[in-house]
Amino acid sequence: MKAMTRHNLGGFLFVAPFLLLYLFILIYPLFLGIALSFRRVDLFGGGTFVGLDNYVRLLADPVFHQSLLNTFTVALMIVPTLTVLTLLLALALNRPARSATIFRGIFFSSSVLSVTIVTLIWRFVLAPDAGLLGEIATALGAEPLPFLSHPQLALPALALTTIWWSIGLPMMLFLAGLQQIPEDVYEAAALDRASKWTTFWRVTLPGLRRTLIVVIMLQTAAQLQLFGQAQLLTGGGPSGASRTIVLFIFEVAFGRWELGYATAAAEILFILILAITLTQYWATNRTREAEGGR
Amino acid sequence: MASLELTGVRKAFGSTPVLDDVSLSIEPREFIAFLGPSGSGKSTLLRIIAGLESADAGEVWLDGRRIDPLPPGDRGVAMVFQHYALYPHMSVRENMAFGLRNARVPADEIESRVSEAARVLEIAEHLDKKPGQLSGGQRQRVAIGRAIVKQPKLFLLDEPLSNLDAALRMRTRVELAQLKQKVDAAVIMVTHDQAEAMTLADRIMVMNDRRIQQVGPPMEIYSRPANIFVAQFVGSPAMTLLPAQLVEGNGTLANVRLGDGSEIATGVPRNGLPGGELRLGLRPEAVRVAAEGGTRAKVELVERLGERTIIYGRLSDGQPITAEDEGYSRVAIGDEVGLAIDGGAAHLFTADGTGHHATERAA
Repeated sequence: MKAMTRHNLGGFLFVAPFLLLYLFILIYPLFLGIALSFRRVDLFGGGTFVGLDNYVRLLADPVFHQSLLNTFTVALMIVPTLTVLTLLLALALNRPARSATIFRGIFFSSSVLSVTIVTLIWRFVLAPDAGLLGEIATALGAEPLPFLSHPQLALPALALTTIWWSIGLPMMLFLAGLQQIPEDVYEAAALDRASKWTTFWRVTLPGLRRTLIVVIMLQTAAQLQLFGQAQLLTGGGPSGASRTIVLFIFEVAFGRWELGYATAAAEILFILILAITLTQYWATNRTREAEGGR
Repeated sequence: MASLELTGVRKAFGSTPVLDDVSLSIEPREFIAFLGPSGSGKSTLLRIIAGLESADAGEVWLDGRRIDPLPPGDRGVAMVFQHYALYPHMSVRENMAFGLRNARVPADEIESRVSEAARVLEIAEHLDKKPGQLSGGQRQRVAIGRAIVKQPKLFLLDEPLSNLDAALRMRTRVELAQLKQKVDAAVIMVTHDQAEAMTLADRIMVMNDRRIQQVGPPMEIYSRPANIFVAQFVGSPAMTLLPAQLVEGNGTLANVRLGDGSEIATGVPRNGLPGGELRLGLRPEAVRVAAEGGTRAKVELVERLGERTIIYGRLSDGQPITAEDEGYSRVAIGDEVGLAIDGGAAHLFTADGTGHHATERAA
């Protein structure tokens, strides 16, 4: 018993540096944030306890509603498109050829850029007067579309930029997943007269299911926190048409200095992301059990 | 009419040739084993027959139909893979039915074929499980079942027993032998295990270094090896090879002298032998430990197998020799023993490796 405790203590010593950092940098602020969301706080500190007042205000705030709707709309534009697109790319590039290696590098390269560079590039593409798309439209004799200043086009423009930026990681995850599927299973399928289509649906896709869920979970969590692109490309405009939740939080916290109110919005976003990813995780585990642990 | 016919099959991976002009003819319902060491080209040949690899030259015919331009699924062959290659996300039933569904076999026909195969292979109670829930032996049976339900003209087995533990391997070997009786098809099995090949196959094709070395029934391969490679690869422990000189004489059979001076009267006819260096091939059972034996050897290793004992020794000129003794042999390491060599069972190999054997097998 004593030996057991000492044994455990040794283990804890090894994880202690990480654990302490984790507690101070993540867990402590998490609870601090929760506490903050029940107070009215401004730049001059202190603040007063207001109970659920911040949350009640949020639920009635049309600007917050708009940002919730925007966030989910843009996430719905991005996540399915990105998932399908990166899966197709991975399928196309999953071969030992030298050209495939080069293309993998090219498609991954956008991921290493910072959001500032990405939005700068896409401003050149999307701007109606001198942008690439505008030039093309003019050359074809059409009216250039004002992507960044039209209420219906701002969110698609954000989605497009984000997809271009985020294509690398999911593609790499899918490529890794594809390489986990043994070659002889494909050979068995060939001997079983399976068409390319049947092979994809019955062999490849089931083999990628766990990767698929990881990609969807990661992307959902990431895109619900979309911020930089919205702030730099459209500033949330026109008239709030592309204001996301995080941009809302940023504006409230560091524009209006209503820290308690902003924290309450952050907590709601936190709970939403937690609920969505946990649901996805639960759904995965359930199907995995049905397959006997494989 | 032959079931499978291979003519002039060649294959190279890049600049590395792996098969060089392989021709072979297999009878209907014949069980043939491709035996050879790793890298001999046997698996590549199997994959060319299956259509998983394309030949650079040559033709593959099955039941009077040229199949080498056809995709794998249209060739009328079924394959059991070394690592089973079951579809992990399908149940056992779906695994077996998958090929039939793709071939548009009617549903009731699929059902009856699958349940019949499951009955024969004793996996009926596992039909609704996933491969991940099965043991290695059960997965193996599912893989065999998936091949059987297709009712192919030719079964291709790629090292089917190599992933099983020793006990299961013996049992599966017996079951494969029984299976062969039940199916109306030829079977090709790739293996590097000569015991599997000897026990299961009607004929063995020994491959090495991109070429067929010999094709024949197991006992012919064992007792009349075409060359030194076959002689050394088949049989365990391996055949002893000793440098030997042809002794002048006027008999019809060849007498040879070994390096230590002892003379052996072989059963090999003298007139087909060229002059020059010869090598005498002796199976362990042709060399018995005997007090009055004319050849003397110093014992280096004693291997007790229970029913017999294998003695590894050296002749007085330093040549290694393998001999056999009874199970309760009293020979110990370091002893000097006499060896009685059965010259009638000896083989002679010429400098180019070609084997020469006694005309009539010693009874």
